[in-house]
Amino acid sequence: MSKVRLVQGNEACALGAIAAGATFYAGYPITPSTEVAEQIAVLFPKIGGKFIQMEDEIASIGAIIGASAAGHKSFTATSGPGFSLMQELIGYAAITEIPTVVIDVMRPGPSTGLPTLSSQGDIQQARWGTHGDHSIIALSPSSVMEAYYETIQAFNLAEKYRTPVVLLMDEEIGHLKERFEVNDEEKPEIINRKAPEPGKEYIPYENTEDMIPPFAVFGSGYRYHITGLTHGEKGFYSSALPVVDAMIRRLWHKIEDRVDDICRFEQVDTADAEILLIAYGSTARSAEEAAEVLRAEGIKAGVLRPITIWPFHDQYIAEICQGRKAIIVPEMNMGQYVREVQRVVQDVPVHSLTRVDGEMITPTEITAMVKEVL
Amino acid sequence: MNALYENYFRKNLPHIWCSGCGNGIVMSAFARAMEQLGYDKNKTTAVSGIGCSSRITGYLDLNTLHTAHGRALPFATGVKMSEPEMNVFIFMGDGDCAAIGGNHFIHACRRNMDMTAIVINNHIYGMTGGQFSPLTPFGKKATTAPYGSVDPAFDLCELAKGAGANFVARGNVYHAKQLTDLIVAGARHKGFSLIEVMATCPVSYGRHNKMPKPIELMNHIKENTVSLARAAKMTPEELEGKVVNGILHQVDGKEYCQEYQNLLDRIQGGGK
Ligand SMILES: Cc1ncc(C[n+]2csc(CCOP(=O)(O)OP(=O)(O)O)c2C)c(N)n1
Ligand code: SF4
Repeated sequence: MSKVRLVQGNEACALGAIAAGATFYAGYPITPSTEVAEQIAVLFPKIGGKFIQMEDEIASIGAIIGASAAGHKSFTATSGPGFSLMQELIGYAAITEIPTVVIDVMRPGPSTGLPTLSSQGDIQQARWGTHGDHSIIALSPSSVMEAYYETIQAFNLAEKYRTPVVLLMDEEIGHLKERFEVNDEEKPEIINRKAPEPGKEYIPYENTEDMIPPFAVFGSGYRYHITGLTHGEKGFYSSALPVVDAMIRRLWHKIEDRVDDICRFEQVDTADAEILLIAYGSTARSAEEAAEVLRAEGIKAGVLRPITIWPFHDQYIAEICQGRKAIIVPEMNMGQYVREVQRVVQDVPVHSLTRVDGEMITPTEITAMVKEVL
Repeated sequence: MNALYENYFRKNLPHIWCSGCGNGIVMSAFARAMEQLGYDKNKTTAVSGIGCSSRITGYLDLNTLHTAHGRALPFATGVKMSEPEMNVFIFMGDGDCAAIGGNHFIHACRRNMDMTAIVINNHIYGMTGGQFSPLTPFGKKATTAPYGSVDPAFDLCELAKGAGANFVARGNVYHAKQLTDLIVAGARHKGFSLIEVMATCPVSYGRHNKMPKPIELMNHIKENTVSLARAAKMTPEELEGKVVNGILHQVDGKEYCQEYQNLLDRIQGGGK
């Protein structure tokens, strides 16, 4: 068991990455994510990992994709402006199916915005920021311990599904200091990408039954081609209609068909809740406190906390919202997650509570809204 | 196909290039260089950006990474830094390297990682149909410079040298044998090596500049190239409009991966 100490969310991400087996980091400094890089710059040399500060965020994600192709679990950390710059190559990692982890510590935007305060404004960008159709996985931690464990999960999912995974962490959690204690006996399973079967012909982008082809790392003796162009199963460019169609659909379905495996939620007092608060990241903590206050006042409130932001589990959300009096989705943006909830929930009113000044949504704001809609 | 080429080319030819394109000559020169270098193909990675020239990686029987426009060097940096034993070559077009990838280029030169960049300079954006690039000579025509370019061009070799590259050479597709030698010398040099290759694009460049036939572009290269030795004896007036070929710059500086390894050894040995 590790010593109990105070650790910041960003530092917990660095520690989680190491626990997950990461050995390569490339990044460019940006508030409020810089502590991830600073921690890795200190820790990686001690364990033989490679840290490199690149000339910008495009170079950073390019480098981590290159290192991942060479077999290293690789990641970067950034915030809005850098996350915007990375989008083209996040798409590259998606189409080439190279596992990568991008930690986005969210601050208010657009543009330079408000570097030192908090936001959840990159929810939809994480889903649709790069051009074209693809799927993606995004996770959002609500505490420092969760920043640690969800970083491990981010690597696991990236490796398992051969996809970029975004850890969407609001600044509030990134800079929060909390009790940190790791129990080594409860170390989560570490997943590594599936390797090609020895003796079998290697088809780099084979449409396998599970839709996730094995990954041959560069240098392992399988010489093959990786391209961001649409490609057939052998990895070479193709514009043949059925080939393009099959490729794009597989990229989509390999994740969207696995929501039961990928999506995780936490429920607090939801069983009899008439009011369901759906909140993630630091906002979920305010929601949990608000629910407690409301219960004390005799209002049956509960909280659903999505830990997995993307893919969106339509069926799960639709079912859990059924029969409630009202759903409230508080978030530090103009309503980016709530529109997904509204898309799948028909018979129950879904309300949006927004805040975009860089401060957290308080429990009082939530309780006030509950009373308003009741 | 000649056995040497068969060993380095994949069996997926024909390629996409127009007849008279210089890219194939560079690819052959590279195969001959690989033969001389004797590198294990499994331990060799070729990275490219986007453009006609960058399609080379699709034809080479190596670990090949065809990346995004301008971004080949960051990907290569990730491969090399994480696997220093890997031999890394980067193929870029002039637009790819000097325009959209310009910032990555100067920083790759500065870091001096042991990789060899081959920039195929056909003076134009070939793939998109003939727009001018930062290496299009002043006054030349392009689809986006129909009256002649008013943009001054970079001297890529000077830029690389100024940014810290340890090995800088210029060759061309006419002197194909010399090009092979330059690639070999660049690869053997420990540090970041640039080989700028003056190349031909009859379709998107020649056509707009009164040299639509491949042979005209070849002759143009032949007539305007001078070797380093000859250039040394020429006056600045005589050198006007000429392109100097050869190893233009070679020094032994600190190599990045080695420096990082030294740092690892120091820290893991208990140092600070
Ligand atoms: C981000 C981005 N911008 C623009 C393009 C379009 N594009 C593709 S290739 C190219 C230029 C290619 O010229 P060059 O790099 O000189 O290579 P060549 O085709 O001449 O070999 C451009 C502008 C792109 N693919 N990506
Ligand atoms: S357009 Fe130019 S560079 Fe491209 S293949 Fe044709 S000749 Fe070569």
